[in-house]
Amino acid sequence: MSDTRPAGDPDLTTYRDVQLSPDFSDLRRRFRRFVFPMTALFLVWYFLYVLLAAYAPGFMSHKVGGNINVALLFGLGQFVSTFAITMIYVRWADRRIDPDAERMRHQIEGEPK
Amino acid sequence: MTAPLMLPMATDIGNPTVNIIIFGLFVLATLAIVLRASRNNRTAADFYAGGRSFTGPQNGIAIAGDYLSAASFLGIAGAIALNGYDGFLYSIGFLVAWLVALLLVAELLRNTGRFTMADVLSFRLKQRPVRMAAAISTLGVCFFYLLAQMAGAGGLVALLLGVSGRTGQSIVIAVVGAIMITYVLVGGMKGTTWVQIIKAVLLVIGAGIMTIWVLAKYSFNLSGLLGAAVDNSPAAGEKLLNPGLQYGATGISKLDFISLALALVLGTAGLPHVLMRFYTVPNSKEARRSVSWAIWIIGIFYLFTLVLGYGAAAIVGPDAIKAAPGKANSAAPLLAFELGGELLLGVISAVAFATILAVVAGLTITASTSFAHDVYGQIIKKGQISGDGEVRVARYTAVVIGIVAIIGGIFANGQNIAFLVALAFAVAASANLPTILYSLFWRRFNTRGALWSIYGGLGSAIILIAFSPVVSGKVDAKTGQSLSMITDTSIDFHWFPLDNPGIVSIPLAFVLGWLGTVTSKEPVDTDKFAEMEVRSLTGAGAEKAVQH
Repeated sequence: MSDTRPAGDPDLTTYRDVQLSPDFSDLRRRFRRFVFPMTALFLVWYFLYVLLAAYAPGFMSHKVGGNINVALLFGLGQFVSTFAITMIYVRWADRRIDPDAERMRHQIEGEPK
Repeated sequence: MTAPLMLPMATDIGNPTVNIIIFGLFVLATLAIVLRASRNNRTAADFYAGGRSFTGPQNGIAIAGDYLSAASFLGIAGAIALNGYDGFLYSIGFLVAWLVALLLVAELLRNTGRFTMADVLSFRLKQRPVRMAAAISTLGVCFFYLLAQMAGAGGLVALLLGVSGRTGQSIVIAVVGAIMITYVLVGGMKGTTWVQIIKAVLLVIGAGIMTIWVLAKYSFNLSGLLGAAVDNSPAAGEKLLNPGLQYGATGISKLDFISLALALVLGTAGLPHVLMRFYTVPNSKEARRSVSWAIWIIGIFYLFTLVLGYGAAAIVGPDAIKAAPGKANSAAPLLAFELGGELLLGVISAVAFATILAVVAGLTITASTSFAHDVYGQIIKKGQISGDGEVRVARYTAVVIGIVAIIGGIFANGQNIAFLVALAFAVAASANLPTILYSLFWRRFNTRGALWSIYGGLGSAIILIAFSPVVSGKVDAKTGQSLSMITDTSIDFHWFPLDNPGIVSIPLAFVLGWLGTVTSKEPVDTDKFAEMEVRSLTGAGAEKAVQH
């Protein structure tokens, strides 16, 4: 393990150099801080829904108006949340990931090792 | 289910001539487009990845085309018509699964790989063993998925073209297979992608028209439609709208439902033919746009199937659906006939056929790419092969896979489609997803971890299926008929209680990946890991689009 070496060490490959740079660490942290909690969120919501459907049929069958019941609303809610997360992520990544990623890509490809 | 498909044509609906003409037009139109698209099929990147020149929206539509197989169109509509709300649960799992692909897999995979899933998995591990394992699991998943589509083709034939009898159906399966081989040979990934795009557009428009039609009949009142579906389903009644009609019976069936839900949500991001589509766009931003488009199209389509399923229950009725050849799968075509007569049935039938054709073409190109690029090019020839040589092997492989699919389809004709598709999802979620996630996000992950996870996930999923009630020993309590693949009720070797292995095999594959890694002394290739991590996030060094 030589992760203690700082960026800019001439012995490092270009990719190692970039990997150790603060800019890249920052990008990686930003990416992971968004996608990991978001993944946890939608998985929890999905399995909550699945478990309710399996073990709380009484609650899910509760009518809220006409023939529309809780189960249908929750099901449609999964669609809404999926669409919403998709839109939020795409907007976020376009603004918060792409510009920095693009800049680093040019740096790396502009000066091959 | 086997029995009804072998009966003589039991319905007198529809006009096979109209169906065949509309389907023929689709084949001619797509072949013309495939021929046009194939003029630039020179390099390996052209043949395998369509020159990486599709836009995000185009690829998103094609992904939807790949994903919305006959099982999801006919299968889900039928499941909702007969099992009500429990059918709807399938579509939710199929949709939410895309978020895994969007957030964790699509862009990183596009940035690090070239043509196949194995490219990414073997990136920083020992090339040959990992590539071999990834190729085997790719071929395995593709095979089960192919078989499901081809088996479905036989059933559709009985319903839609009025071809009864085993021989006639076998001929149609062979014709479907031959057309598909032609698409792949001539068009490569580019041609196949255009077939997917056209099919997806037709499918969504067709389902959309039917949905509006059904809603119009109930003055756009969803509650009214649901009420009519309940009124027309005396056996299920109110239960049609509640979860549990299919899966709520016992503790085991509830557990089975959770197992299925797990396989569905984690399977998509491990399906090789879906992963390969991310290589057809020029960069990760377009890969992101692809998934976003695919999610919208797939989601809207599943909302359509909700209306179509309850619409079929309300307008056609469960008894008529169960009596038709193809049973649940015939709900959507029967509904089309009730709404728009022969013409609409013809259009919907042709679309359903086109669906099978397109999905089979997508699977064939994935499997042949994996064999030619991973097994032949990288393992046997150790990369010492020209792109042309590899593509030639890919073409031969496509023919072989096509023939295997035709033979398999003829033998599997009448088998339970949903079982085969669920198996493919369970295998993909167990064998592929853990290794994909570990190799992208876990620095310490190593070769032993990958091999244990892939082979362990693949093996446990297949073994558990083989000894599940799906294969033997499931008997309908009321009728005494077998519900398993082996229809002889005296043969019963099942000991695993669930239909779907996901709840065991998926966690097992994750644990094996971890255990293999921590018990191995293989050092981390820090330079390779740095390259993979930096490339995956920044897109540096990623394969570019082909310029013509």
